[in-house]
Amino acid sequence: MSQIDTAQSIAPAEGARGPRAARTAVEIDQQVVEVISDSGEGAQRCGQSLGAIAARMGNGVWTVEIIPAEIRPPARSVAGASGNRIRLGSRRITNGGDETDLVVAFNEQVLLGRVRAGELKKGCTILLEDKWRDDTDPRISSSYTETHDELVAAGYRVIEIPMERECKKVVQDARRGKNMFALGMLCSIYSLDMELAREQIALTFRKKSQAVIDSNVILLEAGYEWAEANLDFKYRIPAAPAKEPQIVVNGNTALALGVLASGMEICAMYPITPATSASHYLADVFEKVGGVVHQAEDEIAACAFAIGASYAGKCTVTITSGPGYSLKQEAIGLAVMAEIPLVVVNVQRGGPSTGQPTKAEQGDLLTTMFGSHGDAPKVVLAASTVEDCFYSVITARKIAETFNMVVVVLTDASLATAQTPFPRPRFNEAWVAPPVDQTPVPPGTRPYDWDPKTGLARRVLPGQPGGMHTVTGLAHDRDSHVAYDPDINEEGLRARSLKLAALQKTLKPPEVFGGDDGDLLIIGWGSTRGTIEEAVERLRAEGRKVSSLHLRFLQPLPPAINDIMRRFDKVMTIETNWSDHPEEEIIDEHNRRYSALAMLLRARYLVDVDCWTQVRGAPIKPGKICEVIRERLG
Amino acid sequence: MATAASHCLLRLYEERHELEDYQGGVPRWCTGCGDNAILAAVQRLCRDEQLRPEKTVFVSGIGCSSRFPHYMKTYGFHGIHGRALPVAQGIRMARKDLHVFVNTGDGDCCSIGAAHWIHAIRYNMNMTVFLHDNQIYGLTKMQASPTSPRGLRSNTTPRGTFLEAMQPLTVTLGVQNVSFVAQAVDWIPELLYDIVSAAFRHRGFSFIRIVQRCPEWLPRLYEPWLHDPERVRLLHHDDGLTISPALAKVYRNQESHDPANLDRAREIASCVDPIPVGILYRNPEVPCYEDLRETDHLRTTKFIQTGLEAEFDKFTVWPKS
Repeated sequence: MSQIDTAQSIAPAEGARGPRAARTAVEIDQQVVEVISDSGEGAQRCGQSLGAIAARMGNGVWTVEIIPAEIRPPARSVAGASGNRIRLGSRRITNGGDETDLVVAFNEQVLLGRVRAGELKKGCTILLEDKWRDDTDPRISSSYTETHDELVAAGYRVIEIPMERECKKVVQDARRGKNMFALGMLCSIYSLDMELAREQIALTFRKKSQAVIDSNVILLEAGYEWAEANLDFKYRIPAAPAKEPQIVVNGNTALALGVLASGMEICAMYPITPATSASHYLADVFEKVGGVVHQAEDEIAACAFAIGASYAGKCTVTITSGPGYSLKQEAIGLAVMAEIPLVVVNVQRGGPSTGQPTKAEQGDLLTTMFGSHGDAPKVVLAASTVEDCFYSVITARKIAETFNMVVVVLTDASLATAQTPFPRPRFNEAWVAPPVDQTPVPPGTRPYDWDPKTGLARRVLPGQPGGMHTVTGLAHDRDSHVAYDPDINEEGLRARSLKLAALQKTLKPPEVFGGDDGDLLIIGWGSTRGTIEEAVERLRAEGRKVSSLHLRFLQPLPPAINDIMRRFDKVMTIETNWSDHPEEEIIDEHNRRYSALAMLLRARYLVDVDCWTQVRGAPIKPGKICEVIRERLG
Repeated sequence: MATAASHCLLRLYEERHELEDYQGGVPRWCTGCGDNAILAAVQRLCRDEQLRPEKTVFVSGIGCSSRFPHYMKTYGFHGIHGRALPVAQGIRMARKDLHVFVNTGDGDCCSIGAAHWIHAIRYNMNMTVFLHDNQIYGLTKMQASPTSPRGLRSNTTPRGTFLEAMQPLTVTLGVQNVSFVAQAVDWIPELLYDIVSAAFRHRGFSFIRIVQRCPEWLPRLYEPWLHDPERVRLLHHDDGLTISPALAKVYRNQESHDPANLDRAREIASCVDPIPVGILYRNPEVPCYEDLRETDHLRTTKFIQTGLEAEFDKFTVWPKS
């Protein structure tokens, strides 16, 4: 961090348009860049290309889309900011980092949205399209001038750039090409390899004509040249070139690739944000491996369809987000009761109710664990990285079929839209599901022949001669006959519950990040992993005895958590869900509502686990965690 | 979709199945319940078609009629209220080698599961669907259903229902892709069987509304129709049902109706009295969703790997050589 501060202090604040200065690239180890525009101006393409070029150079990259909530927000509106936030680093980047260091904005209004959201670092560099200053509409020109002056007064380093004018010099329709001009500028500022940038453009526009590619390359070069000639600062983020092939995808694409790899062949879904992009991609490619994406008439139907297909012998996945998950709850209970394997993916968003559809939150942990009426034990695991989104689906299918259980995979909007490289997976034959068993069933086989020790029973599938029976959501005995006998009811409840214990016995203890003991243990789950671990690294560099533990399995919990917690003076969770603020007057130990994981850990281990949470619709920043921990530890 | 392994297995021996091979648990329905008549017709169909019990699945929701699968000695799926159709669709999508039947009541299909009903018609997946329509919620003890006649006094409408009854046949015939619609009454078993058989033989979503009596909650509802054969109109056609001479003597109210005629089918469907019985509509040309979605590749491990690697290639950043 200090390197960036130094870099900025070297660059003279006013010196954007000065004569060509001797531009020595200042070495920095990471930086957060934003490119924002109105929808349709291509800021997202610019940002994604920047990330891809840097990734090819071996840099760590973490890209997040900035998406307006509306499809066609009005032009030049505060709520209409569309673009990308790209964090570049020397090492592997595991999260979006802190506030933004440098912004390219196509108008001042979209910029204001980011300023008000507190996303920009104090004094950060803003490269602002200046064409609005001379706009014929006096409201626009004065709004521009006022905002500009305010930002300068607030200490931002605002550099006005004649993007459109410069673009017009080389192409006719400058509005559409500005994004590649911006990409060229960024390539200059971050000393990126222009050859790779040209290749990236060719790749991005591979479905378009050569003329389109050529004109975009011209714009790229124009942006590069302009920055070289007119900007007096330049950075370099050194990188060790990658040795292994890596794939660069967001969490939802990783999830969909996981479905492909898992051997599942049917995905039943209903459109819902932010899960849908996984199904979009899957719909495009699933048929290439013989799979089907079924868009059902509603969330309940999607779940019931998946249960039907699973029942027939082909473990199926249904992908949804919070409200859809709520709707599926009854059907999930049926799969639990009838012991039909099922994979449910919940890409969490802000709640309750419609909440914040495009925003990140970890608010569904308890509902996935305890949801559906009655005792409905199911497996819950949470992907903690983009890479994990891929592997979690494979793991989920395996567990679902081994234990005849519902497995819920939790991710969230921040993983869903974050793009980062991870090692290209090597195909493993064991990922693929075995063929549907159609062998005759030995005489005397009972459809729920629960093992007395583990609760597990061999499943009998339609088509197997001699195995005919009717599965039911009613309480049933080992023959799947409806039963109201109290002993039989408890026998079934016990068997379904024991399966979780049986799975738990196969789990490994989680690994502590940092030191094995100390003053504070932070426990997290899901998408916060990279952020928490980066915060722990920074705090340990300050000499603080802070470690972290990240849980992938939430139900059942892995072993040894209690032993690990005991080695620390204090334990707290950090989560992106609501918890009451203990400092509020009305809140005390009798009414304080803890965050989801804290509540679980307190209940299970009788340990005084504290929590700190933030639910601002955006991922928690590592700097914020450091601040909170410093305060707590004094 | 993959060819199921079972397709490839040789049938090592042929075995004739008798009625008892399809008879599961002893039905717990009330004496005189129309469900018994439907069960008898269906078990006879299975025997006559020699369906292999292990290749046959009955799917149901919740309600009196949804106990049906328990009384068959085939595979069965007794699920949750209103959701039998999507479960059946999932089964069909995964396994085209299975015969899929659905048993659903008027509450299950026309009320809580109405959305699925509408869409199931559109999907037109190959399955035979029995709407056991007794115009009342039986299992929960006499509440009005969407098909209850207007003014019916029930536990939730003690002073009579407020709305006109829903007509399941007109609803079904109003949906795009409808491919088979028939109506039967539980008190003419011969026609019930013929209609069930025609429905089974139609490839697509075969929907039969069966007007049935509930001896417990509405014991007298259909008495006027039982006493007066004129109040039942039999639909016959060379491409539809043929009516036996014995039956034709009793039921003289007849209409020659071509099941290809959708407009006339819709008119017939809206007729409540006399009750039309027979095949209202049949269109074998409507494609089945599971056929439209079928891929012609065998899902071998190699095939999956090739597809997956091609996708990885799209997103791979190769180290600079």
